[in-house]
Amino acid sequence: MRTDELIDDLSGALAPVSRFAFYRRLVEGIGSGAVVSFLFMWMWLGMRPDLADAMTTPAYWMKFAFTFGLAVFAFRATEKLARPASRAAIPLAGIGVVFALLLGAATMQWMKAPPAARMPLMMGHSAMVCPWLIVAVSLPIFAGTFWSLRALAPTRPVFAGAVAGFASGALGAWVYAFHCDESAAPFVLVFYTLGIAALSASGALIARRLLRW
Amino acid sequence: MLAAEAELKALMVAGLAGDKAAYRALLTALSDALRRYYMRRTDRTDAEDLIQEALIAIHTRRATYDATQPFTPWLYAIARYKLLDHLRRARVRAAIPLDEAGELFAEDESEAAIARRDLEVLLAALPETTQTLIRQVKLEGLTMQEAASRAGRSEIAVRVGIHRGLKTLAERLRGKAPP
Repeated sequence: MRTDELIDDLSGALAPVSRFAFYRRLVEGIGSGAVVSFLFMWMWLGMRPDLADAMTTPAYWMKFAFTFGLAVFAFRATEKLARPASRAAIPLAGIGVVFALLLGAATMQWMKAPPAARMPLMMGHSAMVCPWLIVAVSLPIFAGTFWSLRALAPTRPVFAGAVAGFASGALGAWVYAFHCDESAAPFVLVFYTLGIAALSASGALIARRLLRW
Repeated sequence: MLAAEAELKALMVAGLAGDKAAYRALLTALSDALRRYYMRRTDRTDAEDLIQEALIAIHTRRATYDATQPFTPWLYAIARYKLLDHLRRARVRAAIPLDEAGELFAEDESEAAIARRDLEVLLAALPETTQTLIRQVKLEGLTMQEAASRAGRSEIAVRVGIHRGLKTLAERLRGKAPP
């Protein structure tokens, strides 16, 4: 095909594109993923029975803010990485700040606890299942996010995949926190992060294949 | 340079709003800019392929342009992405052993060479609609318009579909060991 013919074709069949088309695609993918993920958590794992009581404790809101903060910054970075020539440095720095805050809280709890109580504090009672459940709960969000990205234009696919996986994991962890009754900061820091990191690695791994355009 | 940025951006914004004439002018200007960009970095045949690929990418991904941002960085980020993708594929091709090279070049050339392979097996790997389009246009000799009206799709959709389908086939052939 000759280039001028291609130009004729492309401009001849031009349809207007809404200013919001880009965001609509992201919201559709991430939003529907989040709804499925929430229902999945609710039906499969169930809400923690003491949710109403827990909501009066700072520990609950620490976990809420950590996962939600990570999700907001990571999705913001994902959005930036889905546009050619857009920079993601600020939202990525935001992720760093959220981590630093939780690291501070976790260190304080760790130091304050008597030495014998430190490991139990970190391990809680669900350390072995927590990262896996976060991965499982996040999968619908992960799928939705990649569905969105496939129509967009990440010029650094592997990096965008890692950040998108991270974002899906963070939002999935936020959903999972409605079920999880652990409240120690060291636990959240280690095991929530493990689950999120697993999704980030998977995102980077499949990006080369899935995010090519 | 700055004048070009303002002009191109205005055309792009008009194009996003659906102005065909502005969009046509934009793509024509871009094909020149892309030609300069790719000619400096690859040879002539590759450059022409890359221009077309970049134009299709610009078209299909035009929603990712944020009109509050400058246009040229967006354009060159896409041009560069397509170049890197092309170089990466070329590297993969270069890594295939020499004794398979004769066959590779033959396959690369024409539809006739593709036909020598088990065409049906290859086509079967593509989506049903793409298969039909390629059969009609490339094998049965229908025009793009005819194929488009039969499929009830726009001509551009048909053209882009065929272009992509053939690209996938070519990649498959390059990547695959001889039978």
